Amino acid sequence: MIGLEAINVTKVYGAGATAVTAVNDVSLSVRRGEFVALVGPSGSGKTTMLAMLAGLLRPSAGQIFIAGQDIGRMSETQRTRFRGRYIGFAFQSNNLVPYLTALENVELLLRLNGKLDRNGRERARDLLVRLGLGERLHNRPNQLSGGQQQRVAIARALIHEPEVVLADEPTASLDTERAHQVVQTFAELIHEQNRAGIMVTHDLRMCKYVDRVIQMMDGKVSRVITDRREILRLAGAADELDGHPPSVNGKPALAGDPLAILQGV
Amino acid sequence: MAFYLAFKEVWRNKGRFALIAAVVALITVLVLFIAALAEGLASANREYIEKLNGELLVFQANTQLSTAASRIGRSRVAELRRVEGVEAVGQVGFSTAKLVPPGGDEINVAFIGVEPGMPGEPEVFAGQQLERSRGNNVIVDEGVIVRLGVQVGDLIRLKVTRGTREEFYDLTVVGLTDRRQYFFQPAVFAPIVTWDNIRADGGQPGGELVSNIAVVKLRNPDEIERMKRRIEAEVKDVEVADKKTAWEALPGYTAQQSTLSTQQFFTFFIGVLVVGGFFQIQTLQKVAQIGMLKAIGLSNWTVGLTAFAQIIIVNALGVAVGAAGTLALTANFPVTVPIVLTGATALAAVLALLAIGPLGGIVSVVALLRIEPLRALGMAQ
Repeated sequence: MIGLEAINVTKVYGAGATAVTAVNDVSLSVRRGEFVALVGPSGSGKTTMLAMLAGLLRPSAGQIFIAGQDIGRMSETQRTRFRGRYIGFAFQSNNLVPYLTALENVELLLRLNGKLDRNGRERARDLLVRLGLGERLHNRPNQLSGGQQQRVAIARALIHEPEVVLADEPTASLDTERAHQVVQTFAELIHEQNRAGIMVTHDLRMCKYVDRVIQMMDGKVSRVITDRREILRLAGAADELDGHPPSVNGKPALAGDPLAILQGV
Repeated sequence: MAFYLAFKEVWRNKGRFALIAAVVALITVLVLFIAALAEGLASANREYIEKLNGELLVFQANTQLSTAASRIGRSRVAELRRVEGVEAVGQVGFSTAKLVPPGGDEINVAFIGVEPGMPGEPEVFAGQQLERSRGNNVIVDEGVIVRLGVQVGDLIRLKVTRGTREEFYDLTVVGLTDRRQYFFQPAVFAPIVTWDNIRADGGQPGGELVSNIAVVKLRNPDEIERMKRRIEAEVKDVEVADKKTAWEALPGYTAQQSTLSTQQFFTFFIGVLVVGGFFQIQTLQKVAQIGMLKAIGLSNWTVGLTAFAQIIIVNALGVAVGAAGTLALTANFPVTVPIVLTGATALAAVLALLAIGPLGGIVSVVALLRIEPLRALGMAQ
């Protein structure tokens, strides 16, 4: 089941002689239960691509379908409502509302969708407990470490059962150990809850938790890696191939379905 | 959603919002005090004229409605009484004197001569009206009552300087009236003949009884404009004014009021800028956070309403505290301080002050609406 599908998407900034093509005719799709990394050097167009997939930026050409709806055709207001309902977000920084507690930050998305009932509150609490924040439910972001804040953000990105979960450099402000923890948990939950997950990262080590790596260069997809060995090699974790089974947290890693991955590259 | 966020943010940042509410409260106190002072000074100036039991004041022509310069003689009064539509005319003379309380400090008073039973004489709330045009009986106003503690039947001593000689007159208080200050002074009302004999430059022998103005009571109080023209046409050498025109012509009255209302406006304006500045700085600090909120699905409407609700909460809180404080303060002010907080002025000022927040906040709310959700990804269009 396809969670997200981008078809021949292009983004051009400016016009005429000063026009810059940030994303050039890119197609990709992510199934539910699949976690994909979008990597590439700065200027490769990966953040612009993410912004379009997130419904934050309108493509100059092409279509983006999430939950069967073309978000490129929606009005600003419709897209805002759509994001709140169908997309979960984890950003690099400024993820959380500073004056709300960890629990309230997670509940915010339920409140937004009118689902803040007893059951919703319970799920929010359970998810935070699951993420190791059981003791921190009523702390505000400034009382949490960077890793804890990112875990709250992950909970918030998932709590409203979105179709698609998007993460923009979620580990940028974390040390190595916490970065691994955060992305590992993220991957676990995406697989478990059957969401379509996309993570933009410049930290290739984080790729070891994903099912597929899409590399971008100059606005185009330059390479798609689906082979588990290749991914681990890219992540600099090739040694784990021998010492550990090729799995993500005890479950067999999903190798991307080659047919579902690539279109038009 | 908006109110939830607005309330949480204010509650979890109590210190910061209390600070701006305190600023609003102080501005409220200042604006209300200036309003009360303006009202107090105005009434201290005009009280007697405002409460006159007549509609029109008659001045000598070409005196620019100056009570001090104007002279109206008995014969002129007789002519006024003959004008069709005039019910009654009373001569009123203004002078100053000093009240000499036993063992206390002297008090400057407005010493006003009135015709017993005629317009110009104040109504008493205790004791009696003046009875005869002669006799050493007076009515005193509340300003005198609270300063001296006099009762009906008491003797008061008036000091007048005639030439270089000080003369003292003992007068019996026969009636008490409410506040009738004239020209910032508490008032003593005497029968016009007695007044003429006592006042510093009065009592010229042989001439007719001359007062400063005449107060006209009309048969039909709705015909002020028409009667004003009729009197000016039928009686030679007079200028006629309604009460408002008359008190606005009091020396310094208009200048004073416009100075105070300018101050009031500027204080109000400063309030708008301070509140506006505060919320604008907050907005600038919150750009990333607002971008994130919009990205995860909060509408512009929600974000704007949140900010607006906060502005209203903080503004209303400040005004409430400030107004309560001002009321508590002014209630305990001595009568000698010209501070009068009437319901109408206070209400007008409070309503204006409640607009400080929304006016000041417009800029920051508009700025909030302009923040793009793309900011959440560190991008901007």
